[in-house]
Order: sequence, then structure tokens, then C-alpha cells
Amino acid sequence: MAGIVGYGAHVPRHRIKVEEIAKVWGADAPSYKKGLMLREKSVPPPDMDTITLSVEATRRALIRAQNVDPKDIGAIYIGSESHPYAVKPSGTTVAEAIGATPDIHCADFEFACKAGSEAMFVAMSHVDAGHMDYALGIAADTSQGAPSDALEFSAAAGAAAFIMGKENLIAECVDTHSYMTDMPDFWRREHEFYPQHAGRFTGEEAYFATTKGASNALLKKSGMKPADFKYAIFHQPNGKFPQRVSRELGFTQEQIDPGWLAPRLGNTYSGASPIGLSATLDVSDPGDMIFMCSYGSGAGADSFIWKVTDRINEVRDLTVRTHKLLDENVTYIDYGTYAKFRHKIKKNY
Amino acid sequence: MRDVCIVGAGMSKWGEVWRRSFRQLFVDAATAAIKDSGVDHLDSLYVGCMSGGLFAQQEHVGAICADYLGMAGLPAMRVESACASGGMALRAAFIEVGSGVSDIVMASGLEKMTDVDGDGATAALAGAADQEYEVFHGATFPGLYAMMAHAHMAKYGTTSEMMAAVAVKNHHNGAMNPVAQYPFEITVEGVLNSVMVADPLHILDCSPITDGAAAAIVTTEEIAKKLGKPYVKIIGSGVATDTIALAQRDDMTTIKAATIAADRAFKMAGKKLSDVQFTEVHDCFTISELVILESLGLYEPGKAGPATLAGETALDGKFPVNSSGGLKCKGHPVGATGVAQAIEVFKQLTGQAEGGRQIPGSPKVGMTHNMGGSGASSVVHIMEVA
Repeated sequence: MAGIVGYGAHVPRHRIKVEEIAKVWGADAPSYKKGLMLREKSVPPPDMDTITLSVEATRRALIRAQNVDPKDIGAIYIGSESHPYAVKPSGTTVAEAIGATPDIHCADFEFACKAGSEAMFVAMSHVDAGHMDYALGIAADTSQGAPSDALEFSAAAGAAAFIMGKENLIAECVDTHSYMTDMPDFWRREHEFYPQHAGRFTGEEAYFATTKGASNALLKKSGMKPADFKYAIFHQPNGKFPQRVSRELGFTQEQIDPGWLAPRLGNTYSGASPIGLSATLDVSDPGDMIFMCSYGSGAGADSFIWKVTDRINEVRDLTVRTHKLLDENVTYIDYGTYAKFRHKIKKNY
Repeated sequence: MRDVCIVGAGMSKWGEVWRRSFRQLFVDAATAAIKDSGVDHLDSLYVGCMSGGLFAQQEHVGAICADYLGMAGLPAMRVESACASGGMALRAAFIEVGSGVSDIVMASGLEKMTDVDGDGATAALAGAADQEYEVFHGATFPGLYAMMAHAHMAKYGTTSEMMAAVAVKNHHNGAMNPVAQYPFEITVEGVLNSVMVADPLHILDCSPITDGAAAAIVTTEEIAKKLGKPYVKIIGSGVATDTIALAQRDDMTTIKAATIAADRAFKMAGKKLSDVQFTEVHDCFTISELVILESLGLYEPGKAGPATLAGETALDGKFPVNSSGGLKCKGHPVGATGVAQAIEVFKQLTGQAEGGRQIPGSPKVGMTHNMGGSGASSVVHIMEVA
């Protein structure tokens, strides 16, 4: 089966702490930190959006892909719920920036937080079907959270890009499963700035039930059990949800640790589990099995089983590791700067 | 007036019940009550429901409940008195059977509250207050009860620990109730460290938002005997109202409507307070339970807090209060609460309380107190073993 020949991530360097947001709204920071297991989140500066994040991540993926000519990439799919334009694709700009135009298929994907894994799935399927040698699946978001809403403490920015191919794989996709029901747990209508959600319903009936549905189906289909995997990554709207769902499915904290980024990255929506995969690949060894399950409100989940190849040792450090993006060159900002960066201050023009 | 009895009861599971709709919750409780009682028909139906419209966009509650019970054609009527709607539905059924108009009447209550968000629920509940003189100026129910709590603390020295002790006791009881929304124990420290909602009330001083339904079969003693099932007699029913706005009351540290409703119920029953061995009261907030116990005359003003702290109102105390877990732990689907209180007294008097929460000593007389708003309506029922 096809798999990943190059991967890369990007996270903006700006961060805001839970305490800084809580201070403005009179919220109880310790209860948010404990209840959601969040410490801080990334914030995109004014010149960064889904397109620029995607370009940064894709450039790193091309470095790790080594000898892939962008002209040989037959498709570019970007999954996001913050495409900068309502009408005009994000993918065209990214494809142009990396030199992949004009002989390329392009589409922007949307399915709340699983748009990124959809882009990966479809890109990989094209390669698997022999339609093209390489295809690019990108997960990127500059997430929206309404001021004072619980989401404001988590909604963050980041991207991961995956070049899919059939040869020189870093990780082979062993199997996948997609699971979906009509579940109105989280939505943003046209012309609205911020999504709405349904509190605990969004967790219990939507996130947990759907994530378990997709995960258990893939485990059953593959005949594998949680102990067969070295690592696992789950969608992470906060720190707590992936920790709980992984435990309930039978995975351990050690298995999720490398890709469990939400406590200090926040919720990068479409980017969440794909960025977690990039961080997990960074520390994987040849032969390691990785379980991954995205989640998108609405609601659905895509689960994947990846098998890491020998090539990981060769490409891992050709560019920056994801944890380094989180650890280094971090700038903390106050709420005023955050409000300016996120265009929350109204002006007359 | 004829003797009136409760001969069977049923409740839906209470909680955030996302997979059961407004009508399904009612049918769950109603069919359980019919089965429990063994009746083969109903003559009429009352449904206590505060706000089917604002919570579930469903009015015409009597008709939809009769319809989905498979009994279209049945006389059916919704009863509304805010959070006292359930108790009022029971009173309506009591009067209908007692007067001889009907022989078998279902008294039920229903609320589906989690289909709206927190702001929507707060706004719907605020309809039980005085919109023009309270709500439009920013008052919410936690805010109104917080003011009552402050007044009670200032006048009588009631403390946050005393209020927390109410929540801790009710959770201890409710942990044994299979339909309770939050069937687990909490601690005084846990209450005091929980998020502040409206000073001095923490979130664990407040009853929750709940989906749930409750139904009881009200009938004559003759029919109850024929059915051969355990039954209790309703011997007193009293209702009173008060000013709807808290600011219009002479004293914020007492609930006058509770005092008057209880007097009326005892007068009808021909009993006195000392004849009663336990009660279910409307603990929508922890301070409410203390104020109500004092308003009912069970404790002198200012004494309910220390008594609760001393364990007097515990399941094995000298006067158990809220053996069901109360609104705090069992949940508070507002229209259903009053009926569920009566069901708890029915179960206790017939020895059917589950999970180890049966009050020791085979109590003979129990009472319920159900309240609307910040105390502008109160309904009290007194029941006795048959």
C-alpha cells in the first residue's frame, strides 16, 4: 500500500497562556488548566494563515522527501476550517509557491477537524490507485474560538504536510477506516466568525463515540490490538480528551506521549492529529507501528495504521523536528496583542 | 372527599439524556408507572411541565403525552407553576380523584432541558422570576438565591460549610438512587473549592440542568386495594403563593408560601408536624433546603444549618431529609421534580426505596415540599402508609 515519502510541520512561534486569557474574562485559570489540560496555545501572527502555514510545512515535507520533484506531485489537497477565502482555493497558492503548477489537481477540503486526515486519505488513495506518482495532503488551521468561549482557551494554529507515494516510503499505510454519522455537535454557519458547540454532548456523544467507532473498527479489521503499537495519536481538542479516549481504548500514556501536543500547542483543529503524527514520526524507529485517529465534528473520524520504514533514520533530521518548533524561539504575547493578531479589534476599515 | 392513594410509580433515567426525546422521556416514566401499578386504563392525565416551549420547542404537552402513550382521546392537561409544576400536577390529580370526577389519574412531570445551551436554560428558568422587576435588571436564579444566602448568613451566622453539608448529605443519599443524575459522593472541601457561580454559592451548591420524567398513578383506596399492590394515602395537600419578586418580601430569610402551604396541608390531613418522620424538600440550592426546613417549622430560624452539619437530617438522623438525593444529586428536570418527590415518599412508606437508602424504622408519615421560582409558589403533600 502507499504511504508517506515526506512529512513536515509548522507552528507559529507566538503563544498565549491560559492565565492571560482567563484574566481578561474573569475565568478560573486553574480549573481550565486542570479540566481541559491546557497550559498555552499557539497564535498565528497577522501575516500567517492556512496558506502560509501550509507552505512552510510542505517545504519541510519536500526536504524529507529528498528527491521528489514538485512537478511530479499530481494532486494537492488542503484540509482546513480556516481557508482564507470562501471562494478561491488555498491549494492553488501553495502549489504555486512550491513550484508544483500547472499540471496538478487541486481541491480544498472541509470536515471540521478531520479535513486534514481526509486530504491525506484522498491523496494516498490516488497514489494507491496509480493515478499519479505523488500526491500532497496538508492539514492546516488558524482555528477560531469565540472570545470568552471555552474554545478560546484552545483554538490554535499549525500545519502538517504529507507527500504520499509508493516508493521510498518513510511510513507505509497498512490500513485505514473511516466512520461517520450525522451528528450536530459543533458548527459554524456561513458569515459567522466563530463556531458553536454543544458542551458535554460534543464530548460524550460526538468525540468519544466517534473516535472509538473509527478506532475499534480499524483494530478489528486489522486484527491488531493496542499493545501491538509503539505509538498512538488521537485528535486533541484539548489535553484531556485524547488522554481519556486512548486510555478507554486500551492505549497507554507512553504510547500517546510523543504526539500528545495539545497541552502546550492547543487545538490546531484540522492540524491536530496530523501534527501529532509528524512529532511521532520524529521519534520513531524502523518497524514501529503507529495508530492514528482524527476526529471531525459533524461527525466523523479517520483511523490509520502506519508502519515506519528504515528510511526514517535517514530523513528525520533533514529539517526541524516538531517538538523543536514547540520548544524553541517561543514568544509569549498578552491578550491585547493576541486580539490584534486575531483581528478581534474592530476598526472602521 | 374520597380517600386518594398513590398505587404505582415510574421514572425515566435522569441526567443529560441525549438519546431520549421530550416525548420518549414521558413515555419511559408513564409506562413504568402503569406497569408498576397494574392499572388497565387511565381516566385522565396531568403533566407538570414548566417550559416545553423554551426548552424543547414543544407546547401542547398534555396532548402529545397522551398521544405517544398510545392513549389519544384521553383527557390530558399540562400544569404549570414553574419548578412547582410537578407538585401542582399531583394536586390536580388528587383533587380529580378525591372529587369523584375520575377514578384513575396519572400525575406526571416532564422536562427536557439539555437541548438548549446554558444561556438558553438560564433564560428559560428565569421565566419563573419577575421578568420586569428582576430578570430585566440582570437577576438570575443563582443570583436571587445567593442574596437569600447572604441575608441568612448575616442574620443567623449560617456558613458555607453548613450549606456544603446539605450537598454532601444529598449526594450520599442519591448515590444509592438508580435514576439519579450524579450518583456519587462529594465532600465539603470539594463543594467549597468548586467554581463560584454567585457568591456565596459554588457550583456544587446548585442543582443541575436535567432531562427527566416521573409519573405516579393516583386512584381511590378501593381500586388500590383491588390491584393488590403497595400503596400510600395522600392525606393532605396545600398550596400557597407569595410575591413573585424577592424584593417585595418582608423577609428574605424565610419562604412564607412554604409555611402557609404546609399549614393548609396539615389542616387537611388532621396531622401535626411532629407526626411526620421524613421529608423531601426543594433543594434547588443548598441554602433553599435550610430555609425551607425552617419555613416548614422543622427547625427554628438559623438552626437548620447547624442541625445539618450535625447529621440530624441524614438518612440515619432523627429527621431524614431528601433521601432520594434531592434536586442537588438526583437532578432537577423542573416540571418532573414535584412528582419525583412524591414517588420517593411513596417508595419510602412502602419499603421500596432501592440501593440501601430505605429510611430505618419503617416511617409511617412523610411529606413533600415543591417550590416555584424564589418561593412565589409552594405545594406541600402529606402521605401516610395505608
